[in-house]
Amino acid sequence: MPTIKINAEKCKGCSLCLKACPKQCISFSQQFNKAGYRWATLEKEDACIGCGFCYLVCPDVCIEVYK
Amino acid sequence: MQRQPLLLIFFTSYSFFHLKKDFMQKILSKPEALKDATLSYCPGCGHGIIHRLVAECIDELDLREKTIAVAPVGCAVFAYDYFNFDVTEAPHGRPPAVATGIKRTNPDKFVFTYQGDGDISAIGMAETIHAANRGENISIIFVNNANYGMTGGQMAPTTLIGQVTETTPFGRDPKRDGYPIHLCELLATLEGTTYLERVSIYNPQNIIKAKKAIKKAFQCQLDGKGFSLVEVISNCPVDWGMTPLDSIKWTEETFIKTFPLGLVKDKSEA
Amino acid sequence: MKKLVKGNIALCEGAIAAGIHAYFGYPITPQNEIPAYMSKKMVELKRVFVQGESEIASANMVLGAAATGKRAMTSSSSPGISLKQEAISYMAGMQIPALIVNVQRGGPGLGNISGSQSDYFQAVKGGGHGDYRLIVLAPNCAQEMYEFAYDSFDLAEKYRIPVMILSDGVVGQMMEPVEFNKPEITEFADKNWALTGCKGREPRSLQSLLMKDGVLEKHNINLQEKYKIISENEVKYETFMTDDAEIIIAAYGISSRIAKSAVKIARKEGIKAGLFRPKTLWPFPSEAINSLSKNGVKFLTAELSHGQMIEDVKLAVNGKAPVEFLGRAGGGVFSEQEMVEKIKAMSEDKRAGR
Repeated sequence: MPTIKINAEKCKGCSLCLKACPKQCISFSQQFNKAGYRWATLEKEDACIGCGFCYLVCPDVCIEVYK
Repeated sequence: MQRQPLLLIFFTSYSFFHLKKDFMQKILSKPEALKDATLSYCPGCGHGIIHRLVAECIDELDLREKTIAVAPVGCAVFAYDYFNFDVTEAPHGRPPAVATGIKRTNPDKFVFTYQGDGDISAIGMAETIHAANRGENISIIFVNNANYGMTGGQMAPTTLIGQVTETTPFGRDPKRDGYPIHLCELLATLEGTTYLERVSIYNPQNIIKAKKAIKKAFQCQLDGKGFSLVEVISNCPVDWGMTPLDSIKWTEETFIKTFPLGLVKDKSEA
Repeated sequence: MKKLVKGNIALCEGAIAAGIHAYFGYPITPQNEIPAYMSKKMVELKRVFVQGESEIASANMVLGAAATGKRAMTSSSSPGISLKQEAISYMAGMQIPALIVNVQRGGPGLGNISGSQSDYFQAVKGGGHGDYRLIVLAPNCAQEMYEFAYDSFDLAEKYRIPVMILSDGVVGQMMEPVEFNKPEITEFADKNWALTGCKGREPRSLQSLLMKDGVLEKHNINLQEKYKIISENEVKYETFMTDDAEIIIAAYGISSRIAKSAVKIARKEGIKAGLFRPKTLWPFPSEAINSLSKNGVKFLTAELSHGQMIEDVKLAVNGKAPVEFLGRAGGGVFSEQEMVEKIKAMSEDKRAGR
């Protein structure tokens, strides 16, 4: 099952990955990270197809894609 | 004793996560040519994407250990904190001259500059044009985000007509402020230039195209074919006063209307 | 065997013998012999010559080449040196060794193309922005143009500092016999700071932007410590008949040549004159001047400006002796006779107890 791993501390909550995800499976955390951002998390784990679009658009290079 | 079950659950899920990850292959992650540092750019800023594309190309072409890069003055001045290879600073606008000095004395090294619109096409225009005209065998990554980002969003040579910036509060007026400079087209008139392309990064498709162009520019240098430049139309959400999402929308709907994407010049196959 | 050459050509040969990898320049009189000569010699030697689009670009090409540990130089004259200040300040901050040659002409502005010594302040007090120094060497003949250019790279690399040769249009243009007696340098020490590609080591960066709290302050303290070490070790000067001198002329470069003649004439006329010539303008030979500032001694600072080095002479003398001035600028050069007259007047004043 494909999945992604998002580095919560590096994420600045820009939401570009949320928009890029064709399956709308990323959403924001309820908590804040040390820098004060709600970070992106993979909410619908089963829906991820490992397409890598989130990785492509992430300006903070904080997403890893596994397949 | 009461805490034990909780801890157990924590360790179980932790190891399960790792087991799952080990089982699967990591297909996309930070390239080796980027350090494991948190980027200082604003949320949604295109620099991070472009840094990553550059680093991926460096890795794929196996250039990391022979690269000497030149950072600009501007937001990307901190490139040496992020790129995992040798980087020098340069005075504002002078990277093409600095790169000339590096490449001429080290023709076996891979040399590129990373510059913004103010750096490359305002204060450094002379250095840019003459490095291009000499056909220096270097590559330039030119990040065009239509304003001076680091100083807080003033008018750049590439600011669009009518665009509001810190120093064009009523919008850029060509009568007072001149017109947006199309650097690729300008450089295309020079015999010394080999490969010039304008790309953008506002969606995954364009990011893939941008990477292809950067790789081609790097290959151009490796093949000794001369001056290559990739202009990346990027976004600057904070200084544009937009959310990251609005900034990529504006890039797609407005910005690239003034700066059409595509190949401007390619002599590399000749 | 000596060869008759212009000072500017002697300088080129000194730099070439020192093994320079690259010369970057831009035309400006009275140093045009340097880029012209280098454009031929460097290409013949399969080394790098680039005529930049400006002095700004040329100086930044030096910055780039020198950042990789290569020996690089540029040359210019006064207005062009003003344009190079940007890169010089960066090189000082980034601690990049390189050679910058100023064959001074008249100023301010475009001035004229005659020899001058009006860029002393610019050369020794920093020149560009920030709290920094260059090692400034002042040759007074073609032989020294050769020798100082040769030595400047070792000096620059030893301390990771840009070196300036502060010459002038007269020394640069003057033809004199020169003994080209230095062995060609072909081997260069590894530099543990140079950008050479990170093969087998951690990546390096060279930067002058130091934004983290306190880092720039620490960097400045380190620079000042380095400057102190240079001041203690690299001061060079020449004295001529100063032992019993009552009037000591302080002069550098072309002025010191005129001063030496004036001293000889004055001596013939019974005046105990002497010459003190700094070969390094920074570090300035302050202690040596101070130790000559005995009771009964008067100093005469002679320079082709309206009084620049005199400030350092006065600081060195520190009130222990009177310091007078003879200067011309804007292309005018004092004759040895003018200088002798001044010495005589000072001597008479002295006898009259003034």
